[in-house]
Amino acid sequence: MHALIVDDSRAIRSVIARMLRQAGWTVSEAGHGQEALEVLASLDDAPDIALVDWNMPVMDGYALLQALRSNPGYEQMQIMMVTTETEIERMQQALAAGANEYLMKPFTQEALAEKLGILGLDLAA
Amino acid sequence: MAPALDPQDFNWLCTFLRTESALVIDESKEYLVTTRLHPVLKEFGIATLTDLIGRLRQRPLGKVHQRVIEAMTTNETSFFRDVHPFDTLRDEILPELARKRGAAPLNIWCAAASTGQEPYTIAMVLREKFPDVAARTKILCTDINQTVLERTKNGIYSQLEVNRGLPAPLLLKYFDRKGSEWQVKPELSRMIETRILNLAAPWVGIPPMDIVFIRNVLIYFDVETRRSIVGRIRKNMAMDGFLFVGGAETLLNIDNDLTRATAGRSTLYRRAA
Ligand SMILES: C[S@@+](CC[C@H](N)C(=O)[O-])C[C@H]1O[C@@H](n2cnc3c(N)ncnc32)[C@H](O)[C@@H]1O
Repeated sequence: MHALIVDDSRAIRSVIARMLRQAGWTVSEAGHGQEALEVLASLDDAPDIALVDWNMPVMDGYALLQALRSNPGYEQMQIMMVTTETEIERMQQALAAGANEYLMKPFTQEALAEKLGILGLDLAA
Repeated sequence: MAPALDPQDFNWLCTFLRTESALVIDESKEYLVTTRLHPVLKEFGIATLTDLIGRLRQRPLGKVHQRVIEAMTTNETSFFRDVHPFDTLRDEILPELARKRGAAPLNIWCAAASTGQEPYTIAMVLREKFPDVAARTKILCTDINQTVLERTKNGIYSQLEVNRGLPAPLLLKYFDRKGSEWQVKPELSRMIETRILNLAAPWVGIPPMDIVFIRNVLIYFDVETRRSIVGRIRKNMAMDGFLFVGGAETLLNIDNDLTRATAGRSTLYRRAA
C-alpha cells in the first residue's frame, strides 16, 4: 500500500508515517495542498489513499480535495480528511466533495487503523 | 505506589470477585487490582486497599461492592468492532431471518453490551439494510455494570469514541451534535432496551432470542462458568437462532449443542439441528 500524508505539522506526518511504514506501507509526504499536487505529479502511480489535513498554508485540504476529485486520474485514490475541524457542516461538505472518510483530531492509532479498515485498507493484512 | 496487599486479603478479594461476578483473577495480576481499585479508594475516601477490603467484607452488598466489580471489569469496546460479524449479520443472517420471521418481531440480545457501541452498530446495520425489520426489532442490552449500561441508555459519545470504527456517513446520518459530544438519534435508541444482568447468575424473563452477541466477555470466566453461561444462553435462543462470540473466542469443548457455522471471517454458532 502507498499513502500520501498531507499535513503542515511535521510531527503529525511522522507519527502517521511511522505507523504505516511499520505495516509495510510506502509513504509520501507533503506540507500543504500545492506541494501534494507536485508530489503526486512526480509519482508514476497514484497512492492508494491520501490522508489530508484541512487547515494548511498555501492550499488548504478542502481545495486539495476539490482539485483531486476534479481530476479523473485520481478517481481510484481514496481520500480521508484528518483534521481538527469537527463541525457536522464541515464533515458534510467534505463527504459531498468526494472524501471517503473523515477522522477527527486528536485520534488514536487504533482509530486511524479502524478508519483505514473501513476503506478496505487493512493495516494487518 | 500502593503497598503490597496482604496475601490473605488478596485471596479474599479474588474469591469475592469470583462469587459476585465470576471474574477470574490469577495471583500474578495483583498489580491490576492495585491500579484498578485506586480510583475507588479516592472516590469513597478510603485510605488503603486493606481498609477497602474490610468494607467489602461487610454485608449487605452496597455501592462500594458495585463500584469494585465495575472497576475490575474491562469495558473496552468500539463501533463495528472486528467488522466481520456485522458483514455476516447484514449479508447472511438478517436476510435469512427476515424471510423466516415475516412480520414477526426480531429479538436481539447484546449480553455484555458495555457502553453501547455494539448494540448501536447492530441498530445501524438494521436501519441501513432492513428498515422495515428494524422497526419491529428489539435489542436487549445487558451488562453487570450499571454505569456503562446508563451510558448505553443515554447514547452519548465523545469525539474519541465516534472516531473509532464508525464510518463518517453513518455518524452524520444517525448522530446529533450535542456540544462536544454526539448523541444517537431516536430512530436508533428506540430499538434499545437495557437491563442489569449478571451472566454468571441465573436469569428469568428474557424472551427467546433470534440473535445473541456475547463478545469479549467469556474470556474473563473459567471454563465451568463459561459452560454454564453458554448453556443457559443456548436454551434462551430460538431453535434457528445465531450466536456471535468474539474473534479470539471459541466454544469448542464449551458447548457441544452449538455448532460452528462458517460465514466469512466471523465466529458464529447455531443450535445443533
Ligand atoms: C470488553 S467489554 C465487551 C463489550 C462488547 N461486547 C464488545 O465486544 O465490544 C466486556 C463487558 O462485559 C461486562 N461483564 C463482565 N462480567 C460480567 C458478568 N458477570 N455479567 C454481565 N456482564 C459482565 C463488563 O461490564 C463489560 O462491559
